[in-house]
Amino acid sequence: MRLDILTALNAERAARHAVVIVTETQSGKQRLVKGEDAARDPLKEFLIKHLRSGKSGMEETPEGRVFLTVHVPPPRLVITGAVHISQALAPMARMLNYDVTIVDPRTAFASPERFPDTKVIAQWPDTALPPLKIDRYTAFAALTHDPKIDDPALTHALARDCFYIGALGSKKTHARRVERLKAQGVSDAQIARIHAPIGLAIGAVSPSEIAVSIMAQITASLRQPESVS
Amino acid sequence: MTDTQMLARDEDILKAAEDWRKLGRDVALATVVETWGSAPRPVGANLVIDGEGNFLGSVSGGCVEGAVVTEAMDVIADGKPKTLEFGVADETAWKAGLSCGGTIRVYVEKVD
Repeated sequence: MRLDILTALNAERAARHAVVIVTETQSGKQRLVKGEDAARDPLKEFLIKHLRSGKSGMEETPEGRVFLTVHVPPPRLVITGAVHISQALAPMARMLNYDVTIVDPRTAFASPERFPDTKVIAQWPDTALPPLKIDRYTAFAALTHDPKIDDPALTHALARDCFYIGALGSKKTHARRVERLKAQGVSDAQIARIHAPIGLAIGAVSPSEIAVSIMAQITASLRQPESVS
Repeated sequence: MTDTQMLARDEDILKAAEDWRKLGRDVALATVVETWGSAPRPVGANLVIDGEGNFLGSVSGGCVEGAVVTEAMDVIADGKPKTLEFGVADETAWKAGLSCGGTIRVYVEKVD
């Protein structure tokens, strides 16, 4: 690999941009394709397929046999609510290599004592979220039960096209949430993207079990998006 | 996240490859490009090797790294990329094989 390609690759990754290295393994000929340029590339069908799955692989293409090295950003998890479930969800997500951030303006909840190893931002979502540059490689979970905190965060997560969006609350709570979001102009298609009640139906009772159900649903959204409606 | 956890990730192996080369070291990069059966590391896994035989990362979880490092020395010397194959069906199995029964192909290229 040419050093300039390697340097550009590392820079793209540091900026959380998707990127593919196309290598002709016979000749060693190589090029870098930015994720945003994939749709304009001669190998676009192959590039898009691999960017979507996030997996590297060998392909027989009109340009010959090429290896596509796919780099998509490591997933992040942003949570509103420094609540009991979050105390279990944050370490679980870290174990799965997620970079975790919790946002909760209620300083009694958002204390470092309750979250010794997690980045906690004790600010309102309107202030805390934009600098996080949430993207489609981010999962978002709304866990406060408080519409003043969860609603603006959900709207933000939808606008940023997070790969997973979930919201805590019963069906009744969610129905009221849907009404509020619609009143703010959120479309039906966007509302349908919200997993609510949050988590896979595994009969979870304790906060840790609910965290498992959420983490499983996030994993399914990442790895088998077609399986999670 | 601790430093050791960070080092275990492929992205940091590529950063190491860049840093090592910029320090003037000879560097080769090995990548798992194909796997069949049960393979210990997924397609895309990286190993970075320098001209002294130091390496970081893994392409097989330890089974064939020694052989890859040896081949990487040739790649560093002549600059030509190589594709290596390892597996139990292979003649080299007794020297460097995968105990898990899988087969892997590893692409080794010079960084320059």
